[in-house]
Amino acid sequence: MVDKIIVKDLNCYFGEIHSIKSLNITVFENEILSIIGPANSGKTTFLRTLNRLNDLNVKFRKEGKVYLGNEDIYEMEPETLRKRVGMVFALPVPLPLSIFENVAYGPRRYGIKDKRKLEDIVEKALKSAFLWDEVKDRLNEPAVKLSGGQQQRLCIARTLATNPEVILFDEPCSGLDPISTAKVEETMIELKKKYTIILVTNNVKQASRVSDRTAFFLMGELIEIGLTENIFISPKDKRTEDYITGRFG
Amino acid sequence: MNRKLVQKIVFTILFFVTLIVIIPVILILSIIIKEGYSAITLEFLTSMPKDGMRSGGILPAIIGTFSIVICAISVTLPIGVLCAIYLNEYAKDNLLTRIIKLAIVNLAGVPSVVYGLFGLGLFVIFLNFGVSILAGALTLSIMELPCIITTSRGALNSVPQSFREASLSLGVSKWQTIRYIVLPNALPGIMTGAILSISRIAGETAPILFTAAAFYVPHLPKSIFDQVMALPYHLYIISTQIPNMPKNLIYGTALTLLIIVFSMNLFAIFIRSYFRKRKKW
Repeated sequence: MVDKIIVKDLNCYFGEIHSIKSLNITVFENEILSIIGPANSGKTTFLRTLNRLNDLNVKFRKEGKVYLGNEDIYEMEPETLRKRVGMVFALPVPLPLSIFENVAYGPRRYGIKDKRKLEDIVEKALKSAFLWDEVKDRLNEPAVKLSGGQQQRLCIARTLATNPEVILFDEPCSGLDPISTAKVEETMIELKKKYTIILVTNNVKQASRVSDRTAFFLMGELIEIGLTENIFISPKDKRTEDYITGRFG
Repeated sequence: MNRKLVQKIVFTILFFVTLIVIIPVILILSIIIKEGYSAITLEFLTSMPKDGMRSGGILPAIIGTFSIVICAISVTLPIGVLCAIYLNEYAKDNLLTRIIKLAIVNLAGVPSVVYGLFGLGLFVIFLNFGVSILAGALTLSIMELPCIITTSRGALNSVPQSFREASLSLGVSKWQTIRYIVLPNALPGIMTGAILSISRIAGETAPILFTAAAFYVPHLPKSIFDQVMALPYHLYIISTQIPNMPKNLIYGTALTLLIIVFSMNLFAIFIRSYFRKRKKW
């Protein structure tokens, strides 16, 4: 297995708050790694460090190294990094544009002007996100007219259109009904053939359904990481067991 | 006393206080319309003053006001919006930023006649623009800057942070995010602020008193270095400086100024409600 992301001794701070504590973790290529843990365990902070979205917060400070492949992400241009590491947010955030323009937004900003090429990118991305059949006849309608689940798949398509290597999912189903959730999960499993996926989720069952490996975070520390079936059947740490059996969190 | 009675008394008091507030507005409007409407004719709006302003029209004052307003807004709007973008999107919270913000707040509190004096000193005398459209417009644009900056910042702030994050997360640069996501969605708010500023600029007298306005100019302005007549100042002159001034011309001039200002405000309200309906989030 190829190492895609390597995190070495990562510490993250927001002002005085120490939200990630000396984290060492490796993500393999073409796997789905789930990150589970109660609120305030640093899951989302970890995710937003990987595409440097935390840099937007003036209070944010970090120590340690994060490598994408063998490049230090803090030596890269944030734009280049974010093209390679896409993100899908907890609540679907369609931009106030049409369905087509939402998906074409990234490529357009990178300077692709050719209409045929853009149409091609949009169609491919929407097909990979399993949304094409539902929207192909109304690509010019505003994206907010879509249902919540469709919006979230549109956001996935928008990320795919930028052709990333890694996709970060930050509780992507927290606002969705079970049927939409199932569709998004199906999409993720299909996507791991081409992409590396990190999934932060509050839903322990979701982690067990879709991920190859699972990591359990608690209060900013990585408690345990391993193959999903091992974590769920025989966790090594008492706290992991307590969490997945629903005794706290 | 029982509670119902107290309730009734309070309601009555509040109602009458509110009534007192709107009475002046109604009175101003009705008196000006009643006294002035007979003066408003096509000739009044499109001809030069005659007989030492006692008859004829107010065309040069209307043209003067419009040229000052257009010059002022085309200076103050771009500067104000760019400044708002910097403060809202780029500036870190440090001493310099706080000083700039404090300066803007203070600029808003300066009395308008002080702006007039400042414009006289800087633009008319020091920069040697003379009493001119340019000097008056620059003075007014400085006066309006804090207002434009504040409304523009409000408009930029109302664009959800999640849009910025979504755009940035796609590897789009910060400037492109502002250019393609933040600005288009802030535009209605910025426009509304700009139009309200325009209507205020049109009505200001003190800042142009020493910098742009003339008692009487026998011809229309030919360049931005010309002195002009302006509606608010013209109104002041004909109501205080000219004996035997026909009353309906005074009120007609006031009515014209009011109509210009009100119709701009109406336009602003229209734009705002139009974009609010079209808002896509």
